Amino acid sequence: MKPFAALFRIRFTNSLQYRAAALAGLVTQFGWGLMTILGFAAFYRENPTGFPMTFQQTVAYIWMQQAFMALLFIWFWENSIFESIESGGVAYDLVRPMDVYGRWFTTISANRIARTVLRAVPLLVIALILPVAFRLVLPSSFITVVLFIISLILSLSVVVAFSMLIYISTFYTMNSKGIRIVVGIAADFLMGSYIPIPFFPDTLRTMIEFSPFGAMKNTPLLIFSGYLTGADLVQSMLLQIFWLLFMLLAGRFFMSRALKRVVVQGG
Amino acid sequence: MITLQNITKTFKVSKRQAGFANAFKALFSREYELIHALHNVSFTVNDGEMVGYIGPNGAGKSTTIKIMCGILTPDDGDCSINGRTPWRQRIAHVRDIGVVFGQRSQLWWDVPVIDSFELIRDIYKTPQTVYSKNLKELTEILELGEILKTPARSLSLGQRMRCEIVASLLHNPKILFLDEPTIGLDAVSKIAVRQFIKQLNVERKTTVILTTHDMQDIEALTERIILIGRGQVLLDGSLAELKSRANTDGDNAEEAVAALYKELKI
Repeated sequence: MKPFAALFRIRFTNSLQYRAAALAGLVTQFGWGLMTILGFAAFYRENPTGFPMTFQQTVAYIWMQQAFMALLFIWFWENSIFESIESGGVAYDLVRPMDVYGRWFTTISANRIARTVLRAVPLLVIALILPVAFRLVLPSSFITVVLFIISLILSLSVVVAFSMLIYISTFYTMNSKGIRIVVGIAADFLMGSYIPIPFFPDTLRTMIEFSPFGAMKNTPLLIFSGYLTGADLVQSMLLQIFWLLFMLLAGRFFMSRALKRVVVQGG
Repeated sequence: MITLQNITKTFKVSKRQAGFANAFKALFSREYELIHALHNVSFTVNDGEMVGYIGPNGAGKSTTIKIMCGILTPDDGDCSINGRTPWRQRIAHVRDIGVVFGQRSQLWWDVPVIDSFELIRDIYKTPQTVYSKNLKELTEILELGEILKTPARSLSLGQRMRCEIVASLLHNPKILFLDEPTIGLDAVSKIAVRQFIKQLNVERKTTVILTTHDMQDIEALTERIILIGRGQVLLDGSLAELKSRANTDGDNAEEAVAALYKELKI
C-alpha cells in the first residue's frame, strides 16, 4: 500500500496549495447554498407540510451538499488525467510498476479530499452560526453521525469509480469534453443536486434510488438530515456497496481493454 | 538481453481533405488510413551495450521504445527483455527499466523536485539506503544540489532534463531507454548529459538505448547504431559503416546521415 499512500500524499499536498481557488469556491458555494435555501423557504412558507422533507432537513441537506461539493459532484474532474491521455504524457504512468486504475483512483480521491478540507470546514462553521431558521442542525444521535461518515466514504468511492469510466473513455474518444459536460449535468440532476431526490415524482424517485445516482450523495445527505432511517437506511447503504463493486469491476474491465489498444499521442 | 523479432505495429489514422464540406462529410463517414509504423523489426541488444537508435521523424523510433517499455502492444512479433514480454508482464518488467521521454515530464509540476523523487522511491519500493546513495551520487555528478528544492515549473529545460534523468535512475534500472534526452538543450547541458550517460554505461554496466536526431550524441556515445526508416531496420552497425555506406566526402556524421536518408528515400 505504500506506493498508493505516497501518491495520495503528494496529490493531497499539491491540491492544498491553491488557496485562492478554495476561497473563491467557498464564497460561491456559500452564496449558492443560501440562495437555494431562500428559494425553498418561500415554498415552505406557502405550505409547510406539503413536502416530503421538513424545512430543517432540507436546510441540512443543502448545507452539507455545499460543504462536501468537491467530494460528491461528478464534475470535479481531475483534469491532469484528461491532459495526460490527450497529450500522451500517460506514457509515464504506464512505465511505473503500479496498477494504473489504482493510481488514478488514488490521485482523484486525494484531489477531491484536499479540496473538500479547504472548503468544508469554514463553510460548516458559518452554517452552524447562522440565524436559527437557516442554521445547519447537527444530528441528535452519535450513531447517525457514524453512519453518515461511512456512507459519505462510500459515496466518494462510487463517484470516483463512476467517473473512472469517463476517464477511461478518453482512450477511445481522445477528447472527452462533450461527454464530460453531458454526464456532469445529467448526473447533477439525477443525484439530486438541484432538488433532493425525495421531492421527485414517485416512479422517477424509485428508479433513481435504485440507480447508481441514488448511491452517490443522496444517501449520506439524507442520513445526516435525519430523513433516511431504519430499513430504508440499510437498503440504501447496501445499494451503495453494490454500485461501488459494480463500478469497480466495470472500470477495471474497460481499463484493461483500453490499455491493450492504447495509442500514445505525439512522438 | 533484449531481443525483438519481426515486431509489426500499425496505427489507424483518420484523414480528411481540407475545408468545411469535407469536415461535414466526416461527421457521417470517416476515412481511415493505416500507417505502418513498424514492419518486421528485429534486433538484439546485449547486456551492457549502448545503442543509438536513429532515423528521420516518423520512422518508428518512439513506437519501438514504447513497445520495449510495455506501453504499446504490437500487432505481431515477439519481444523478450530479460526473459519477459514487456506488454504481457508490464509491472514486473518496468521495475527493471528506466525511461526518459525527452518531450514529456515525469516531475510533479507544482512541488519541489525532491518530492517527486521520494514518490518514485516509494512507487518502486527502493530501499532507503539505495535511494540515498543513488540520489547523492547522481546529484553530485549532474550538479543539481539546491535545484532539488525548486518546483519543477521554475526549472530551466537543461535543469529539468537532468532531474528527469536522475528520476529514471533512482531505482537502479538494468536498462535505460532515452527517447531524445538532449532535445532543446544548450551546449553545456548536452555535454553534461552525454558524459553522464557514458559514465553510467561504463561504471554501472547499464544497457542504454538512445534515440536522438543529434549526431554528436551518437558520435560521443555509441559504437553501435541501428538505423530505422519507414518502419524497417535499414542498417545495424558502427558509425564508420554508416559513413562508408553514405558515399559522402567529408567525415561529418550529420551530412553522412542526411545523405543516407536521401539515398534510402526515407
